[in-house]
Amino acid sequence: MISNQIMFILFSAMIIVFSILTVTSRKILRAAVYLLFVLVSTSGLYFMLDYQFLAAVQLTLYAGGIVVLIIFSILLTSHISQKFEPTGIMKSVFSAIASIAGAILAIITILDYNFSATAQAAKEVDMRLIGNSLLSVDYDGYILPFEVISVLLLAAMIAAIVIAKRGGPEKSELPTLKQE
Amino acid sequence: MLPEIVAQNTSASQSVPWWKFFYDFSLLTQPVDVWLKGSVSPFWSTVIEMAIVGVLFLLFYAVVGLFLVYAERKVCAFIQNRLGPNRIGPFGIFQTVADLIKLLFKELIPIKNADSFLFNLAPFIVIIVNFMVLAAIPFSKGLHAIDFNIGIFYVIAVSSMSVVGVLLAGWSSNSKYSLIGAMRSGAQIVSYELSIGLAIITIVILAGSMQLSEIIEAQRTGWFIFKGHIPALIAFVIYIISSTAETNRGPFDMAEAESELTAGYHTEYSGIRFAFFYLAEYINMFIVASIAATLFLGGWMPFHVGSWDGFNRIMDFIPPFIWYIGKTFFIIWIIMLFKWTFPRLRIDQLLTLEWKYLLPINLLNVLIMAFIVLMGWHF
Repeated sequence: MISNQIMFILFSAMIIVFSILTVTSRKILRAAVYLLFVLVSTSGLYFMLDYQFLAAVQLTLYAGGIVVLIIFSILLTSHISQKFEPTGIMKSVFSAIASIAGAILAIITILDYNFSATAQAAKEVDMRLIGNSLLSVDYDGYILPFEVISVLLLAAMIAAIVIAKRGGPEKSELPTLKQE
Repeated sequence: MLPEIVAQNTSASQSVPWWKFFYDFSLLTQPVDVWLKGSVSPFWSTVIEMAIVGVLFLLFYAVVGLFLVYAERKVCAFIQNRLGPNRIGPFGIFQTVADLIKLLFKELIPIKNADSFLFNLAPFIVIIVNFMVLAAIPFSKGLHAIDFNIGIFYVIAVSSMSVVGVLLAGWSSNSKYSLIGAMRSGAQIVSYELSIGLAIITIVILAGSMQLSEIIEAQRTGWFIFKGHIPALIAFVIYIISSTAETNRGPFDMAEAESELTAGYHTEYSGIRFAFFYLAEYINMFIVASIAATLFLGGWMPFHVGSWDGFNRIMDFIPPFIWYIGKTFFIIWIIMLFKWTFPRLRIDQLLTLEWKYLLPINLLNVLIMAFIVLMGWHF
């Protein structure tokens, strides 16, 4: 099991180091890239747990979706020479205290919980199993959250289209480029 | 059938004649695995196996990349009625090797005011993503580095990260050409990923599995493009179109349109870093072609027709690896023909094509496929 431990230490070290770099970096795109590394290492942890579906979802949604969206908006709005001002000492001390307190709380909770070790082999999570429980109405089915999230996503998409269309035809004539 | 006969012989692996390796590579890999596990500790055997696989992939990457560049130049020359590279080696086959050596010796020009960390990181993101996808591709029977039960989803998930490398390269070069190229390429890749995903889902519905080995096994009685008839054919066409766009190749190559943007997102790169981007582009093409071959044309599975046992047996005599390479290069050839025959699209035409035509057709196609599978109307 030594290889597992090495990989775990590697991934956790990457998560910790890059998380700190994400919030301390003064260049916004670098912060986004460090965030990408954090998310990719998290998916590495899921791969170690043999839960490949969650790992792939983590990669698609966070690394390939959200981070790309963040990078895209940074590309549109900021210039390469931009740098954040260094944060004040009081501000960084207080945020450090807040995050350390949160970490200690989480660690205490995890250490308190009585994890029972089993000799059972890791259960392989099949795609069919996930699909069936997503659409099942039984006790451990997820049909209601699935439907609620679908409706929410549909509403968000329609809202995005409405915002992008910005009003009637008389408004859209105004801001056009003059080609001269 | 022949592969099954071969599989029965696995126990007597010492006495297997060498040519049977071509039909089932696990005959070659399993004794090595057993020997390694017997002679060193499990930790070191894993490390050594990973190193062997890594070196093999590196070699494969370089050879395929160089060959594809050569093939592209030859196909281009053929279409433009030229000879193409013909000086170095027979038929100019070592031209790309010479080009690579030249690129290796070139100076890496540092860019003033560029974000050097991101600038150096970007080519590696693209290359690493390429390797992660290659690991999941089944090259032949028993020649498959990792076989996840979500195989094809893993491929989509990992390849969705390659756009990050392109965006970073464009932004960190501190050049307007690069930035415009990166923005175009970002918009293009993000939109066409949808089409690729939906086309793949169509086939996943038909196969009933996401595991690549199972998808190939399900095509033992006929490739999916024939089994799924109309919707599979539509999905295949959509997949080829959108994968051409996703790899930033012509007629969708606005990201590096040389007449407008010099070279798009890799304008400022020089020497071996430029070669990384260039190679990654060709390996991307190889990856999408092999995914297309696996999903629609049966991967390494020989051409089988239903219950024609005699015919199937004759087809089994051609090694799976040859089938795989043949199908992949057939699709690569189609994609290359696209580049040299169609004029380049404008960015708005490109997005219109995706969002107003391909996406609705694709959504409808998924429904049709689900209906056909439900009614059992496929072969």
